Amino acid sequence: MSSDERPRVTPLPPAGASWLDRPGTIRVLWIAFIAVLAITVAAELLVHLHPRFRLERWFGFHAAWGFLSCVAMVLFANLLGIFLRRPDDYYAQRPEWPDGEERSGD
Amino acid sequence: MIELAFPPAFILIIGALLIAVARPALRPVIVLLTPLVTLWAIWRLPDGVLLTTQFLGYPIELVEAGKLRRLFATVFAIMAFAGGLFGLKQARWTELAAAYAYAAGAVGVAFAGDLITMFLFWEFMAIFSTVVVWCGGTEGARRAGVRYAIMHLVGGVVLKIGIEGVMIHTGSVDIRPLDLDTFDAWVVLAGVLINAAAPPVSQWLSDAYPESSPTGGVFLSAFTTKTAVLALILLFPGAEVLVWIGLYMVFYGIIYALLENDMRRILSYSIVNQVGFMVCGVGIGTQMALNGAAAHAFVHIIYKALLFMSAGAVMYQTGRRKCTDIGGLYRSMPLTMTCGMIGALSISAFPLTSGFIAKSLISEAAGQQGLELVWLLLTAASAGVFLHAGIKFPWFVFFHRDSGLRPADPPWNMRAAMLLFSAACIVLGCFPALLYPLLPYPVDYVPYTAAHVVTQLQLLMFAGLAFFVMLSQMERMLTITLDFDWFYRVLLVRVAKVVERTWSWLLELLRQLRRDLGTVLGPRFEAWFLPHGRLAQTWPTGSMTLWVTVILVLLVVLAQRDTLP
Repeated sequence: MSSDERPRVTPLPPAGASWLDRPGTIRVLWIAFIAVLAITVAAELLVHLHPRFRLERWFGFHAAWGFLSCVAMVLFANLLGIFLRRPDDYYAQRPEWPDGEERSGD
Repeated sequence: MIELAFPPAFILIIGALLIAVARPALRPVIVLLTPLVTLWAIWRLPDGVLLTTQFLGYPIELVEAGKLRRLFATVFAIMAFAGGLFGLKQARWTELAAAYAYAAGAVGVAFAGDLITMFLFWEFMAIFSTVVVWCGGTEGARRAGVRYAIMHLVGGVVLKIGIEGVMIHTGSVDIRPLDLDTFDAWVVLAGVLINAAAPPVSQWLSDAYPESSPTGGVFLSAFTTKTAVLALILLFPGAEVLVWIGLYMVFYGIIYALLENDMRRILSYSIVNQVGFMVCGVGIGTQMALNGAAAHAFVHIIYKALLFMSAGAVMYQTGRRKCTDIGGLYRSMPLTMTCGMIGALSISAFPLTSGFIAKSLISEAAGQQGLELVWLLLTAASAGVFLHAGIKFPWFVFFHRDSGLRPADPPWNMRAAMLLFSAACIVLGCFPALLYPLLPYPVDYVPYTAAHVVTQLQLLMFAGLAFFVMLSQMERMLTITLDFDWFYRVLLVRVAKVVERTWSWLLELLRQLRRDLGTVLGPRFEAWFLPHGRLAQTWPTGSMTLWVTVILVLLVVLAQRDTLP
C-alpha cells in the first residue's frame, strides 16, 4: 500500500506567503464566516418558513441541529476510533493467506 | 425497426473491443465517440419492450425502455464519456477497454426487461470492474481486486438463487415490484443490496476503489452501486426495511469517512453515504421519494466522479493518496482545487449546485409522509455530508498545512473532464428544469424557495462551524479503521490456522497411535496371518470331520425344535 507510492514531485520549500497564509487573512475569513452564520439565522426573521414538525418551529432549529449533530458525529467517530483504529499497515503485516508472504515478493 | 432497438450496451461493448484492437492513434477517437453514439442510441429508443427472444422457455426482454431506465442509462453514458476523457492519455488501453465494458454492463442492466438479462449484465459488470480494480497495478490493487471479485461473485450467486426461486415459483422472469413475503424476494433483495454496498458488507467498496488507478476510481465510483439503486427502484419500491438500511449506510459512511486518512477512501465511504440516501428514498417509496432517489443517483454520479477526478488528478501529479502526505495544494493546483470544491459543494447540496435540487426531494418526501424521525436523521446526515465530504476532503487535500508539494494542474484532458462535470453540477443546480422532466414521475416541487435556501444554508454553515471548532479532534493519523472485513481477513485466517493446526495434530496423533499399536499387535498379526502364521497352516482332516459332525448335530437339534410340544 504505502510502499507502492512513488512521489513524482520533489518537495519544494514553501513559496512565499500567499494571501491565505497571512494571519490577517485568516482573521478576516473568520469574521466573514461568523457574519454569514449570523445572517443565515437572522434571515429567519424575514423569511416565512413552513415548518412541518414541532421541532422545526424553534428559532434557528436548522442551525442548532446542523451544529449539534455534526459535533455528535465527530465525537462518536472518535469514540469508535478508540476501538477500531489501527496502524495503516495493519493488513499489510498480516498476509491474508498463509502463502501471502511469499507471493507478495513477485 | 431492428436498428432502432439495437441494445445501447452492445455499442459500448463494441467500443471496448475496438479500443483493444485499434491503432494507438485511433484510440482517443473511439474512446470519445463510443459513449456519444451510445447516448444517441439511448435517446432513440421508444418506450416499451423492444427486443425479445426466448431462453429456456422464458421470454427474454433484452431492451425495455422507459423514463427511469433512460435516465440511468443516460448518466452512465455521460459518465463513460467524461471518464474516457479523463483517462484519455494517461490510462492504459486495457483499463479503458475494461472500463467501457463495465459501463456496457451498467447500461445493459438499465435496459434489462427481465431478471435473466439483468443477471447477465450484472455479472458482466462484476468481471470488468474487477479488471478495472486490478489496473491499479500495485500488489495492494491485486489483492483488493481478488477480495472485490469474491464479494461480487458471492453477491451474484445470491442474486441468481433468488432469481431462480422467483422464476420457479411465479413462472415469470419479468422485472416488476416484488413483495417481500417470499424467501425468493428476500434473496433477490440481498443480492442487489450486496452491490449497493449495504451493511454488513459495505466495506468492499472502500476496500477496492482506493486501490484503483486515478482513472479507474472515476469509473468505479459510478456504476455498480447506482445500478443496484436502479434495481431497487424497479424491484422493491416502498420496502420499508430499505429506509433503515439506507439510514444505517448514511451514518456509516459519515463516521468512517471522518476517521479516514486516504483521500479516495474518504470519497469511497462517501459513496456509501450517498447511496444510503437513495436506498432510504426507495424505502419511503412515494413517487416523490422515487423521483428523489433517481435524481440523486443522476447528480451523484456526476459530482462523485468529479470528486474522484480531482483526487485522481492529485494522485496522478503527486503519486500520493494520504491526507497526511498532502495538503496546501491550492497554491499550485488552482483548477483542480476549484473543481474539487464545486464537487464538494454539490455533494453537500449547497444552493445553486446539483445536490440541492436532488437530495431535497428525498427529505421532502420523508417530511410529506410524516416520518419525523427519518426526516430528522436525513437532515442531520445532510449536515454530516458537508462535514466529511464537503469540507474534510478539500480541506486536508488542498488547504490545511503546507506539505511543501508544488505539483502543477494535471494534463489538458483531465482538466477538460473536470471542467465538464463542474459545469454540469452548476448548470443542473441552477436549472432544475433540465433534470426534473427526465424523472420517472411528474415533479410537483420547487427547490428554490426562500425557506428552503435559508434552512439549508443554516444547516450547512453551522456544520462548517462544527468542523472548524472540532478541527483538533480530526487531526489526520496514519490509521485505518477496522470494519466487517476484519472477520474474513483476520479472524477467518486465524480460525483456518487453528483448524489446520488441529488437523495436523490429529493426523500426527493417528500416526503415533498406529505406530504404538503396531509394536503391540504386530507380533500377534504375524503369528496368525503371515505365510508361516497359524491360519496359513494345513489342518488335520480329523479336526474337519469333528467340526462337520458338530454342525450337523446342531442343525438336527434346531430343526426338531418346532415339532416338539
